[in-house]
Amino acid sequence: MTVDLRPLAPEVVVAAAALLALLADVFTRTSRARAVWWLVALVALGWAAGAVWTAGEGAFGVLYARDGLANALQLVGLAVAAGGMLLARDYLARVGLDRGEYYALVLLSTVGAMLMVASQDLLFLFVALETLSVPLYVLAGFARDSHRSQEASLKYFLLGSFASALLLYGVALVYGATGSTGLARLAGAEGSFPLLVGLGLVVVGLGFKAAVVPFHAWAPDVYEGAPVPAVAFMSVLAKVGAVGALVRLLPLTLPHLLPAWQPLLAALSAATMVVGNLAALRQTNLKRMLAYSSVSHAGYLLVGVAAGNGTGVWSAVYYLAAYAAMNLGAFGVLTFLERAGVEADEVEDLRGLADRSPALAAAFAVFMASLTGLPPTAGFVGKFYLFMAALQGGLLWLAVVGVITSVVSVAYYLRAAYAAYLGPGRAGVRLHPGPWAGVGLGVSAAATLLFGVLPGPLTTWAQRVAALLR
Amino acid sequence: MDARAVPWIVALPLAGAVANGLWGGRLGRRGVSLVACLAVLAAFLVSAGAARDLAAAGPSPQVVRLFDWVAVGEFRASAALQWDPLSALLALVVTGVGFLIHVYSVGYMADDPDYSRYFTYLNLFVASMLVLVLGANLLVLFVGWELVGLCSYLLIGFWFERPAAAAAGRKAFVVNRLGDAAFVLGILSVWALLGTLEFREIWRLLGDGGGALRGHPGLVAASLLLFAGATGKSAQLPLYVWLPDAMEGPTPVSALIHAATMVTAGVFLVGRLWPLFEAAGPVLGAVVAPVGAATALFAATVAVTQYDLKRVLAYSTISQLGYMFLALGVGGGGAAFFHLTTHAFFKALLFLAAGSVMHALHGQIDLRHLGGLRRYMPLTFLGFVVGALSLAGIPPLSGFWSKEEILHAARAHAVGVWAVALVTSFVTAYYATRAAVLAFFGEAHQPAHAHDPPPAMAWPMAGLVVLSAVGGFVGAGWAAAPLHALLQPVFGEHGKAAAGSGEVVLAVSVAVAGVLAGWWAHRGRREPDLGPVGRVLAAGWGVEALYDRALVRPAKAFSRLLAERVDAGGIDRTASALAEAVVRAASAVRTWQTGNVRQYAAGVLAGAVVLFAYWVLR
Repeated sequence: MTVDLRPLAPEVVVAAAALLALLADVFTRTSRARAVWWLVALVALGWAAGAVWTAGEGAFGVLYARDGLANALQLVGLAVAAGGMLLARDYLARVGLDRGEYYALVLLSTVGAMLMVASQDLLFLFVALETLSVPLYVLAGFARDSHRSQEASLKYFLLGSFASALLLYGVALVYGATGSTGLARLAGAEGSFPLLVGLGLVVVGLGFKAAVVPFHAWAPDVYEGAPVPAVAFMSVLAKVGAVGALVRLLPLTLPHLLPAWQPLLAALSAATMVVGNLAALRQTNLKRMLAYSSVSHAGYLLVGVAAGNGTGVWSAVYYLAAYAAMNLGAFGVLTFLERAGVEADEVEDLRGLADRSPALAAAFAVFMASLTGLPPTAGFVGKFYLFMAALQGGLLWLAVVGVITSVVSVAYYLRAAYAAYLGPGRAGVRLHPGPWAGVGLGVSAAATLLFGVLPGPLTTWAQRVAALLR
Repeated sequence: MDARAVPWIVALPLAGAVANGLWGGRLGRRGVSLVACLAVLAAFLVSAGAARDLAAAGPSPQVVRLFDWVAVGEFRASAALQWDPLSALLALVVTGVGFLIHVYSVGYMADDPDYSRYFTYLNLFVASMLVLVLGANLLVLFVGWELVGLCSYLLIGFWFERPAAAAAGRKAFVVNRLGDAAFVLGILSVWALLGTLEFREIWRLLGDGGGALRGHPGLVAASLLLFAGATGKSAQLPLYVWLPDAMEGPTPVSALIHAATMVTAGVFLVGRLWPLFEAAGPVLGAVVAPVGAATALFAATVAVTQYDLKRVLAYSTISQLGYMFLALGVGGGGAAFFHLTTHAFFKALLFLAAGSVMHALHGQIDLRHLGGLRRYMPLTFLGFVVGALSLAGIPPLSGFWSKEEILHAARAHAVGVWAVALVTSFVTAYYATRAAVLAFFGEAHQPAHAHDPPPAMAWPMAGLVVLSAVGGFVGAGWAAAPLHALLQPVFGEHGKAAAGSGEVVLAVSVAVAGVLAGWWAHRGRREPDLGPVGRVLAAGWGVEALYDRALVRPAKAFSRLLAERVDAGGIDRTASALAEAVVRAASAVRTWQTGNVRQYAAGVLAGAVVLFAYWVLR
């Protein structure tokens, strides 16, 4: 049997770029020289995206298969990585953390997510998940002088390990039930009790990564402590990997067990939407608010998984792309703000933003409107698709919960957007516009609006994924 | 000008908003005013031109497709605009009255430091409303619906430095969103039932009373949900509470919200989906008409006791919108939209007159502190009296014609509803007279320098005086009722039969009796003590207090509970851990390892156990 490495080319490129980024610190002293390495890594991401775009289907042994879903979500993941690098550079330079490791970690984590959405075996999925997670633990603690950052990192690591252990135990149970960890064998498996329990534990592990209630408690603490650009990146990338794996495992591999897992996923989804949105209502800390918002969005994404139909699958892909744009943007705006030498992370800190930078305030308002799901933004179209999928899947009540929680979410998103238009600015809060982050924000805002006004191309693109449904 | 020009009706005000939003600072006040007013005027002219060709084009609606918007499998919705009698009528009202209010604003806002921001929002508001009335499917309509809500939030809270204004803006938006939730579910159920959101398709499927789907439970549910959405936007019971507070915005904004945009959206929605509501069987008669009638009477009685002139007008709007829903409920679609049109004229006039009082008296609007203004402000006095008498339904002013038609439609279909409408008519005439007497008659309370407003504000008022006086002729029988001829393809023959002279005499007598009663009870700016009844009315029948106790406080308590219990860990413990960490960094690690993390891990485990239990117990 010959081993064909070509399907893995994009991952290899990104991993190589990560190694380059690490080496960069050894060979460069000036920030200008570092910028060159950083640009090289960015170009590598673009190259990898081009390779994914043109790649057809392919497989690497029985562990890894490049198909429509993998291609789609890898592109989203690469876009998130590019966004993460763009948003980080100006911020890191400002706070004196501009080191190559940061970008190396971002890229390695991206490789993990790319492998995760293409894995055809639960054990391989576990390895990919760890590849995704470990760099994120480090990124959370990247601000070494900040106790909050250190605490966030340790907390994330401890709880993440716990969730990984549960997932691994679930894999063991699945193996015990079916004699294999391969998805191909699982596809026809009978819904025996050990298999179902094993699946449940795998769902717990993945749900933890996506911050699904009740496995979400870490998210607000970690997001509050970690550096903003790292939060922007991890909040999206972890969801791409986890939701991608859930989509592959449940609707794509186990459609015949739908009656068994649909109520469970629907319940998790509803709980996540309700708790995430209600808890966000009372936050005055912007990072905590956005953390709970991120929790609630895990719930919306699960609507697509729970629906279990083709529309649900591609709606989840669509919403991941939309979420990437709007959530990177929302956190990205925060990278510009500083209060007394630390991150400005209170809602009040946004005051007067419109006077200082109308473009930044307008972009922030767009992101908030999109996260709420107001037309004509990507968030509205995405939620519309997801609720439509729930209706088609016979989950009317879940659609109702989704609509009502979206309505509730208006209160806190708009409060933040509104603060940006209230003057005058809070004393001590300073604005540090950065060129690269500006590019990242501009692209995010444009995408958020474009996917909302002209969702056609992205929809067609996402819909190809549904062809995988058996 | 044919239907191909229709996109311009939306594009022009939108372009005005963009221009003023981006370059407002550089344009200067004169430039900003010109851009904003001309954009709306141009939209009005395009609407008028396109409306003129409507008759020639025949009754079938013309759809202009801009691009494909959303496509889900067999479901497709394009960004498309529709030009038909109903959208033409609304487009004309929105841009016509909207233009006058824009011009008025030039004078009213002349000293405001945020001049260009104001006109940006105002143009955006008009553009949003035009998207709403011109949309060719429910999804496009919904985009306009949400944008209108957003703009109202921005404009009601325009003077955000005042906490009351910011709170009122938020209240408007949140209450509206409650209705919107029902609206979204209504849209989804229409789609689930009919497989389309295009108005033309809905009409085709449900024409002739709905065919096989007539009275289908899903159809009933869909129409109820959509109507719930309409009650939010059009401030009907039980979701009216945002409108009286919406007075915190600049007065021209109130005029725009009450007359041309926003609150008429709910009435428009029911008219737009008329075949759906007709096919839904008893919904119109059993829900829409009673809700409308109850709101009309309720809001009118509250208006009797208010002292804030703008709140009187706000409750009056709620009441008049109730009339429109009442008319829709008894099958009088033509009458409802006739009243929508005349109401736009006289309510805009009343608000602009109230605004000119505020302008002259530095914001004073309390009826107890006004009086005798007719001597100093003759034009404003004339405007207010014409508006009030039109509101009261005194012939031959515009309100008379449309209200009379509603009463006639009600009489023919539901005597109970008709009786309520008649009583409301008396109360309406009473409070309209009361407001006019308290503000403009009797002894003056004001400094003598109060005077009529500058030309920019005076001319729009003069225009509205004319419209309020003779605007009713567009639907009057002796003038061949051009409005009804226009709307005939939409609502069929309903509401066209002329009322008997006995009915007209009764309606006019009731209105005149109301005016005389108001005049007599408040002669010489007297304020009779209504006793406990008055206190109940003044408190809005206690509805808001009830909401506060039954809904707002429990909701707040619940989210506080969530924040304090569920999120607990969060803020408090992190803060204490931080404090400790600063003091003794070395031992901080121990702090992290205790409590918090274990608690979270226990949470994860508990979740896993619940999943496990689910499999076991299933």
